Amino acid sequence: MSTQHSAAHSFNKVMEILDRYDRCETKIIPILQAVQEEYRYLPQEVLTFIATSLGVSPARLYGVATFYSHFSLEPKGKHILKMCDGTACHVRGSTAVIDAIRDRLKLSDKKITTDDMMYTFETVSCLGACGLAPVLVVDEEIHGQVTPEQALEILDKIDAEEKENA
Amino acid sequence: MEKYVYINDRPVLWEGETNLLDLARKAHIEIPTFCYHSELSIYGACRLCMVEVEGRGLVTSCSTEPWEGMRIKTHTDQILQLRKTIVEMLLANHDQECPKCSRANDCKLRDLSNRLSIEDVRFRRTREFKPMDLGSVCLVRDPNKCVLCGDCVRFCDEIQGIGAIDFACRGQEVNVAAAYGKSLQQVDCVNCGQCAAVCPTGAIVIKSDIGECWEAIHDPNKVVVAQIAPAVRVALGEMFNVPASDLNAGKLTAALRMIGFDQVYDTAFAADLTVVEEANEFINRKSKGGKLPIFTSCCPAWVKYAEQSYPSLLENLSTCRSPQQMFGAIAKENLPETLNVDKKDLVVVSIMPCTAKKFECKRPEFVHDGIADVDLAITTQEIGRMIKEAGIDFESLEPESMDLPLGFATGAGIIFGNSGGVSEAVLRYAADKFDIPVPESIVLQEVRGTSGMREAILADGNLKIAVVHGLRRAQELCDKVVNGEVDYDIIEVMACPGGCAGGAGQPIVHTQKQRQKRTSSLYHADRSMPMHRAQDNPFIHELYETLLGEPNSEKAHELLHTAYRHRRRIDDDELSISVGDAEDRCKVRVCVGTSCYLRGSQDILAKTLQLVEENAWGNYFDIGATFCSEKCDKGPNVAVGDNVIHKASLDQIKELITEEAERRMQ
Repeated sequence: MSTQHSAAHSFNKVMEILDRYDRCETKIIPILQAVQEEYRYLPQEVLTFIATSLGVSPARLYGVATFYSHFSLEPKGKHILKMCDGTACHVRGSTAVIDAIRDRLKLSDKKITTDDMMYTFETVSCLGACGLAPVLVVDEEIHGQVTPEQALEILDKIDAEEKENA
Repeated sequence: MEKYVYINDRPVLWEGETNLLDLARKAHIEIPTFCYHSELSIYGACRLCMVEVEGRGLVTSCSTEPWEGMRIKTHTDQILQLRKTIVEMLLANHDQECPKCSRANDCKLRDLSNRLSIEDVRFRRTREFKPMDLGSVCLVRDPNKCVLCGDCVRFCDEIQGIGAIDFACRGQEVNVAAAYGKSLQQVDCVNCGQCAAVCPTGAIVIKSDIGECWEAIHDPNKVVVAQIAPAVRVALGEMFNVPASDLNAGKLTAALRMIGFDQVYDTAFAADLTVVEEANEFINRKSKGGKLPIFTSCCPAWVKYAEQSYPSLLENLSTCRSPQQMFGAIAKENLPETLNVDKKDLVVVSIMPCTAKKFECKRPEFVHDGIADVDLAITTQEIGRMIKEAGIDFESLEPESMDLPLGFATGAGIIFGNSGGVSEAVLRYAADKFDIPVPESIVLQEVRGTSGMREAILADGNLKIAVVHGLRRAQELCDKVVNGEVDYDIIEVMACPGGCAGGAGQPIVHTQKQRQKRTSSLYHADRSMPMHRAQDNPFIHELYETLLGEPNSEKAHELLHTAYRHRRRIDDDELSISVGDAEDRCKVRVCVGTSCYLRGSQDILAKTLQLVEENAWGNYFDIGATFCSEKCDKGPNVAVGDNVIHKASLDQIKELITEEAERRMQ
């Protein structure tokens, strides 16, 4: 019941977002950001709806949505992990952490979300926190100088919390 | 005072050219470019048109304005090396299957690589192969041949106002794509094919039906007849170094017979028929207070565009089928008897300047019991290739005349190939009715010209006509019609620049002059014909006497007219925003397509959701948004269960929902 309730809620939210930005074509990016925050990704039907509302072609909106790596057209997991693989993080061992996480979650560079929609793991090019390299961001929380063991501990902790809440 | 720019140390008179590339062209220097098109916005992406400006170094000539006394160099060693490097990098990622490419003889990349004497590509391929888009019946997209110049994207957006394709992704991954990476056939593409016409390579090409055409010709049981559209005859010669003159119709007729077509007819005959039907439809509407303005319906790209974007104007569209389809219907009705052939063994092939005609002939309303009125539509380019394939020496062919009766046309039917031609032909028919003085030359200058939007006011203001080409201009005009800002009687719309003469099925155009030449050749052909008014065509008279009766008669409606329906822009799923999970809920669907959206359907949706949530009726209703219930003229449209409410108001829907909820609570 709760998920369906939130579907209706989300759609109302989309309308609210469109109103907040005056249905203005030049505000496509903040609109998409806000909509993605609501759905955790950009569903195709919602994008078409936004395109109609803004008077732009769906292909143009698709172009914007695929240009920025921040936007996702695929549903993302409940928990989002971002490992930095920029130069600094890379030389300080990000590869080992990436391998450990992918191994544990059975993911790859092509498949980034677990089947149970619990985790999405992606690599990013630089988070601008090179002093803390290598950096892992888990649901907006930043973990610096991460080792593969620490990364797995973080996953253990989330798993445990999820079990408790279930 | 005269101003000069010095190109390679030679003075060139600067007469207001807005960029260096155009100025250099005037000085007989062809600077290479992929992304510069005088009709489109300046993009400056391909970097091939670099020139050196004294005091400023290298600049892109397409996006640099001249100034007085400017000194530029166009082929320094550095520039030549740079161009070579750019072309090499493009070639590295280009699918170099040139012998198999339909643009092999007309590819700018190939030409440029040759001009720059590139013998070796120093770079290796970095992009992965991407699948081709084979979904459309008109066009094929091959991203592996794309040079990312964006010409197609800008044409679709800037001239056609559609934007069916755009750049997607970034960096290494960047590619031209339809929305959500779908096939062209699943999105709002109107099949005008201008993307293919401006593509410098073979990344977007016409879908070839040559194979099927040969198959029909080689089948001994089939009788294959051809109809030739007006604009084809003035452009085909370009593929054979034959000057564009009306005589090419005769050469083409001879070539078609040599290929193996059993009969060769003229689509211009059907255009004459269209004039009679459409003019009478207009006169009826005008005298009986019917829907005006009447929009022409000959252009299948425009018709699809209207169906997906202006459902409220669909009643304004002339119900007349296009000449291609009128021909097909008459051919399938009359020819089986005249040619003594089974209807299922009669194959009608139309030779068209147009890619969208391939889509039109496959529309379900033109296919009866599995038999299409027009079996195949092939373009000027395709017939040119077939002539070459058959080894026919087109240049030296003696002209032959077409077969009667469907091969006899007047000049009115011929000028259909030009923008303004349909209007002029209708005016020639209706001139007497409206007391319009028709000059001896029968030229109605008012509707001629090259401007994208023209207007003619005739019969002391009693007859107002607008002629547009390019769908963006059509869009501007439609908006004015919808808002009641203009009161035209007739609006002629052609999607392609210059009308059918500039169609995307024609040989690739390299200069504007080439297109203008076609236009004047069509007018020339009209002048040299014995008759100029559709009503003078004796075979049209005969057709009415023997088959149709009166113009707009019941039989005429059955064979020559059609109906339009609204269609979605994009094949999409419904937007599910259900609020309950019980089975057997009452399905409520609110249309949030453009038209209903403008009429306030969103507010209805939001308030309905609110009502259901506040009353905790989630288990009674499954609420969703749909993109189109295809009754846009009657929006907002809301479906509550099986009950579809047009022109819905919020109160009305609230009442229905409440009633349903109460019924379910009992």
